[in-house]
Amino acid sequence: MSQTLGRSSAAGSDAEPLAAATPLWAGLAAVYRAQLSRVRVSRVPLLFVAVFQSVGIMILMRGVVDTGSDSAREAVVAGSSVLVVAFVALNLLAQHFGALRAANALDYYLTLPVRPAAVVLGIAAAYASFTLPGAVVTAVIGALMFQLPLANLWALLLVVPLSGAALAGVGAVCGLLSPRQELATLLGQLGMSAALLLGIIPADRMPMVVEWGRDVLPSSYGVDAFIATYGTPDWAAFGADLAVCAAVGVAMLSLATWAFRRTARG
Amino acid sequence: MAIVGATAAAAPDAAASRVSARTCYRVAGLTKTYRTGRRRARVEVRANDAIDLDVRRGEIFGLLGPNGAGKSTLVRQLTGLLRPDAGTVELLGHDLVKRPDAAARLVAYLGQDSGALDELTVGLAVETTARLRALDPAAARAARDAVIEELGLGELAERPLKKLSGGQRRLACVAAALVGDRPVLVLDEPTTGMDPVARRAVWSAIDRRRAEHGTTVVLVTHNVIEAETVLDRVAVLDEGRVIACDTPGGLKALVGDEVRLDLVWRTDPPQDDPAVARLACEAVRTGRRWTTRMDPGTARELLAAVTSGPAFDTLDDFTLSTPSLEDVYLALGGRHEGLVKG
Ligand SMILES: Nc1ncnc2c1ncn2[C@@H]1O[C@H](COP(=O)(O)OP(=O)(O)O)[C@@H](O)[C@H]1O
Ligand SMILES: [Mg+2]
Repeated sequence: MSQTLGRSSAAGSDAEPLAAATPLWAGLAAVYRAQLSRVRVSRVPLLFVAVFQSVGIMILMRGVVDTGSDSAREAVVAGSSVLVVAFVALNLLAQHFGALRAANALDYYLTLPVRPAAVVLGIAAAYASFTLPGAVVTAVIGALMFQLPLANLWALLLVVPLSGAALAGVGAVCGLLSPRQELATLLGQLGMSAALLLGIIPADRMPMVVEWGRDVLPSSYGVDAFIATYGTPDWAAFGADLAVCAAVGVAMLSLATWAFRRTARG
Repeated sequence: MAIVGATAAAAPDAAASRVSARTCYRVAGLTKTYRTGRRRARVEVRANDAIDLDVRRGEIFGLLGPNGAGKSTLVRQLTGLLRPDAGTVELLGHDLVKRPDAAARLVAYLGQDSGALDELTVGLAVETTARLRALDPAAARAARDAVIEELGLGELAERPLKKLSGGQRRLACVAAALVGDRPVLVLDEPTTGMDPVARRAVWSAIDRRRAEHGTTVVLVTHNVIEAETVLDRVAVLDEGRVIACDTPGGLKALVGDEVRLDLVWRTDPPQDDPAVARLACEAVRTGRRWTTRMDPGTARELLAAVTSGPAFDTLDDFTLSTPSLEDVYLALGGRHEGLVKG
């Protein structure tokens, strides 16, 4: 993008030179900082809701799953931890972008020399970054409830940002492409419900069709990566699952960037 | 009027003799139709209909018209936000239809809605905008402080926009638009909801930028006083078309030298008074207010007769005024009563 803009400044011999475009990182940092201050007020209650929901689900699942099976317990705890990320990154972000679009608020960014990617990433990063404490708290409570080791908890430092990127990308695309705000909210909630159902029920108990659904949902790879760190860690699987998250994140955030530009010029 | 003089004095410059060097915006045949609704309930609104405009560098150019005239649609095309169905927009030598993103690097735009900034404090909203206009952190903070001081927003700097009154919030958005000194400002109803003090602060901030940096300003308004006070030239829009474009003085000359006589009665005036009888058959009545337009001599005569005769006892208030841009709008065939006088 910077290259095409560079060429346009040479257009027409007596055209006014264009002011500098904002570098990607500077734009991202400015948007991130502003968004972080924006969500500061609502951060604590939202995190509380997200953690409360995940812990509630773990309590429910304790009566349902076979607590003798390692894989079942790991699936429930990992799924519930990543659910915190899905709640914020997918559901809330879809709502936020839907609202921005409905209020013509994207005009503000579109008339500043900042790259759409910086705006999408900055907003997504602000939402995703406040999910980390929630995911950690949920994982700790889960580990205590289901007698799982706490040794590899640091893995969340990778799992949360990467699955956060993938889910935030999906959320942003839903919010930006929905023709109506209510639809954006609905899609965000549907996505979160899917993450809830498909992420928490242990994979080996599912019918074939549901398992395919699980395979297309990016949060599943975050869940699987976290599961891989329990017991005897399988670092190859961990890396592979995170790579999928990262790839989906890049693809979805690129799509969101495209959607962001497209929205404006209707 | 002093404003017009200033532009004329700045103009004779060697480079300025070339037409392109003096033009900021060149708009030709600009057409935009909105289509809403599904197949059967399809509605088409031609919001802009073959608009031609030239905005010169360093002028404060106004777009005046009632609600729904197509002003916002026009400025959204001037800022690269909306792609025209037909026509061209050239901004300082750049083709905005082909390269809409050039606008973001030349123009500061203040839209009608403030959505994106609502939850930030005034200071952070202005600073973030400066950062997004590629100022480095220190320069952004300095520019933030300067514009907050200039617009008298100091007391509100730490408050979130959504906790402010409508006029204060608008002023904060103006501050965000002004930060980072762009050569072109496009402001969509910047002073809506502001008190007179804030409004004057905005007008003088705009004027200062034009005087010091030669900034070009395109200002949307539906306020007649604003149009007459700050604009060098004004295009009057009605139903998507430019129905006139001239200096405020030039436009007023179009309606000739008719003046407007407004009379407000306390009770019904005596009908047997000849001056009252004459006014009664010419006046447009809204409640107890009678409005008439006539040549200045007749108006003075009738007013003298009313104020010295028996009708004076029933008279509450009167004004005799030279034509305003609202009279121009109506005289040009404007069909809406949407212009604000305050
Ligand atoms: N996004 C839109 N979709 C459909 N119609 C629109 C849209 N925006 C504006 N219009 C219509 O276009 C016309 C001009 O609107 P606008 O440019 O906002 O006028 P103004 O700014 O002068 O009040 C109005 O009839 C308005 O209803
Ligand atoms: Mg408007």
